[in-house]
Amino acid sequence: MKLDGKIPEGPLEQKWSLHKKNMKLVAPNNRRKYEVIIVGTGLAGGAAAASLAEMGYKVKSFCIQDSARRAHSIAAQGGINAAKNYPNDGDSVWRLFYDTIKGGDYRSREANVYRLAEVANNIIDQAVAQGVPFAREYSGLLANRSFGGAQVSRTFYARGQTGQQLLLGAYQAMMRQVQEGGVEYFPRHEMLEVVIIDGKARGIITRDLVSGEIVRHEADAVVLATGGYGNVFYLSTNAKNSNVTAAWRAHKKGALFANPCYVQVHPTCIPVSGDYQSKLTLMSESLRNDGRVWVPRKKGDDRHPNDIPDEERYYYLEERYPSFGNLVPRDVASRNAKLVCDEGLGVGETGLAVYLDFRDAIKRDGLDTISAKYGNLFDMYHNIAGENPYKQPMKIYPAVHYTMGGLWVDYNLMTNVPGLFATGEANFSDHGANRLGASALMQGLSDGYFVLPATIGNYLADEEIGKRYGTDHAEFEKAAGEAQAQIDKLLSIKGKRTIVDFHRTLGKIVWDNIGIARNAEDLKKAIKEIQELREEFWTNVYVPGEKNNYNKYLEFAGRVADFFELAELMAKDALDREESCGCHLREEYQSEEGEAIRNDEDFSYVAAWEYQGVNGELKEQLHKENLEFEFVELKQRSYK
Amino acid sequence: MTIHLKYWKQDGPDAQGYFEEKTLDTVNEHMSFLEMLDVLNEELQLEGKDPVEFDYDCREGICGSCNLVINGQAHGPNAKTACCQLHMRTYNDGDHITIEPPRAAAFPVIKDLVVDRSGFDRIIEAGGYVSVKTGSAQEANSTPIEKHSSDMAFDYATCIGCGACVAACPNASASLFTGAKIAHLNKMPQGEVERYDRVVAMVDQMKEEGFGDCSNYGECEAVCPQGISISAIAEMRRDYVKAMFS
Repeated sequence: MKLDGKIPEGPLEQKWSLHKKNMKLVAPNNRRKYEVIIVGTGLAGGAAAASLAEMGYKVKSFCIQDSARRAHSIAAQGGINAAKNYPNDGDSVWRLFYDTIKGGDYRSREANVYRLAEVANNIIDQAVAQGVPFAREYSGLLANRSFGGAQVSRTFYARGQTGQQLLLGAYQAMMRQVQEGGVEYFPRHEMLEVVIIDGKARGIITRDLVSGEIVRHEADAVVLATGGYGNVFYLSTNAKNSNVTAAWRAHKKGALFANPCYVQVHPTCIPVSGDYQSKLTLMSESLRNDGRVWVPRKKGDDRHPNDIPDEERYYYLEERYPSFGNLVPRDVASRNAKLVCDEGLGVGETGLAVYLDFRDAIKRDGLDTISAKYGNLFDMYHNIAGENPYKQPMKIYPAVHYTMGGLWVDYNLMTNVPGLFATGEANFSDHGANRLGASALMQGLSDGYFVLPATIGNYLADEEIGKRYGTDHAEFEKAAGEAQAQIDKLLSIKGKRTIVDFHRTLGKIVWDNIGIARNAEDLKKAIKEIQELREEFWTNVYVPGEKNNYNKYLEFAGRVADFFELAELMAKDALDREESCGCHLREEYQSEEGEAIRNDEDFSYVAAWEYQGVNGELKEQLHKENLEFEFVELKQRSYK
Repeated sequence: MTIHLKYWKQDGPDAQGYFEEKTLDTVNEHMSFLEMLDVLNEELQLEGKDPVEFDYDCREGICGSCNLVINGQAHGPNAKTACCQLHMRTYNDGDHITIEPPRAAAFPVIKDLVVDRSGFDRIIEAGGYVSVKTGSAQEANSTPIEKHSSDMAFDYATCIGCGACVAACPNASASLFTGAKIAHLNKMPQGEVERYDRVVAMVDQMKEEGFGDCSNYGECEAVCPQGISISAIAEMRRDYVKAMFS
């Protein structure tokens, strides 16, 4: 299989505009004759549903939650990047592009990243027009703050709830289209299969999560905006229902899965407190603007942090990275937290935590200023950890947060299966091996509001108008049968171990071996352990309840089954990539100081995997898309 | 800690509901309330019984999925705290806790503690937006908005759509939910254009869904996990009356 990224010709700055000029269009009176299925209603899916319906396409929108407004984009705290250069600090589209491609450790496509930086400004305009209440200055104009991996202030925010406000903007725009009849809306529906007829995606099979009914939906194109797969780790900052099922089932039908080992571990999360823990809570990266990260210099120093004098505190990020200090990118911050804890300097009951201290910021700016910036985050921390961060430092530790890997897509956001598109976190395209803070919201909305609405028309223009195979077509029959068969199988096992027990055990294997640092030996061991546990899952899992009723544990069982296969692919991919880059740190390939050593000669490619079945072990074939760098020079990343 | 639980079971919207009881001996004070329910469900499954269904997703107080009524209070005893952010350290060893779904005609039970809140979607659908199309919005800074107004708009916009306001209201009114969206958009020039059409459409839809009217009990504000002010309702009602005369 030859992978063609379909990158348009021309200078970097003109690729997107030339491409838009050259793409085919669908006439307004014909758009209503095309139906598009969009799975997921987060920033990417909600924005796409609203935009495509406004253009006149017939949209069917699906989500697993009880309302589109609950998609996990809602939990994003810190902000969204755009190179408006309002603060006059030297920002530009080029600089946003450059920071993003460097932040991703040169493992993303130049053309995609440039386009992202280019349309980001429009996103801010669009959101403001929708009434999104971004933070403002006394002039009445928009405020900015800084984020990791950048030396300019380009992040727009709405207190610590930027994701919520942007998502509600997209949700409201989508609900307006529901009202107008352009969007048919299916909450509490889970996609279980994609239906491919004559080589093209022509529909999906869903389960109605209330009645348990298996439903068939036909369309001219299918968009997966179903988010990332961080919950393979069991403990992550993802919402509990976030899963890989839609993307994985598409993968099993032929869509390539790219760079699955690129997983971002966010440096500032509330540490694990016990076995009952069901999820981890992120503390926005924006806190690193004012908080200082440190551990005691002395091992086993059990004094209260406020009693430890400055000279006995090790502000390790400030010391090791003087030019970026506490604002180094996430991968660097996470790795260093692990390093100091591995050295035995960690704090808290488990020794797996570091301090994030606001003492100096409060002294400098006053309590009110800090409270206005971070009030809701401080309250959240106080609630969960039971300690007051205004009075003593927060304890934080890295946790799985975002997955840069995902379905392989070309420049048009189409997978290798014609008619099947993937947007937002569900695709692999823009963040390389590490995503910078405040770039996820930017990518989701860029894909949903601006990129997909332009590129999907180019695909549909070549599709016969009103072509319908009917949902009784053999391929629909087969896919619906497969979906039902798996549900029946899961319910019939009636084993001894619960789904949560399996998921937690799987998560521990993945975290210990495919987490912040990896090595060949551990990865091989993990593959074996995953295979054994998967075998046991299929013979010893207990799935309660019935299929024809609301049954959340049945939903989870299907998702955990897919995580088992994905986990093995992540290990394979991590094993195959014999270099360190971004979030992928192979212990065999690092400098003495623990910095990642890339191998551009051999690994400057996108690893796209083709599913070939599971029989005890997962069979996948690797395809490579070489990354060409025409406009930036590959450098060793340095934040010193 | 030992906690004695009493929780609502109901097979479907038309089935007869009932309470079930169970004592948990392994509750840890650092658990969240929903993690305590996870433990309950693990125990029930190991005994071969059906778990109790409840809605949840983000577990960090922002998605609005969870909406349990705990000892008669929506989201439990802590102010401005969704029940996923409630921790067991709030309770004492040996406490009795009763868990019910939010009870309102407009929120029919789907199963156990899970209810159908799609009425909220339809209220937003009726007019909870600015009718701007994607694609050619004007430059963001071309419309300055007074910081104070913008901050107020944000406060109203933080509604998470959980439905605690409905659960707490003796009239099962959705006035705080509806008023919050109206007040958010009213505070921004972008929302001003459709102000009066919006309030009529949304309030009428609220009635249509079977939510009650507001009698100024103020229970909604007291339980709101985002602390949204009841002044949103005053603004909504004022605008509704004005719209009737325009």
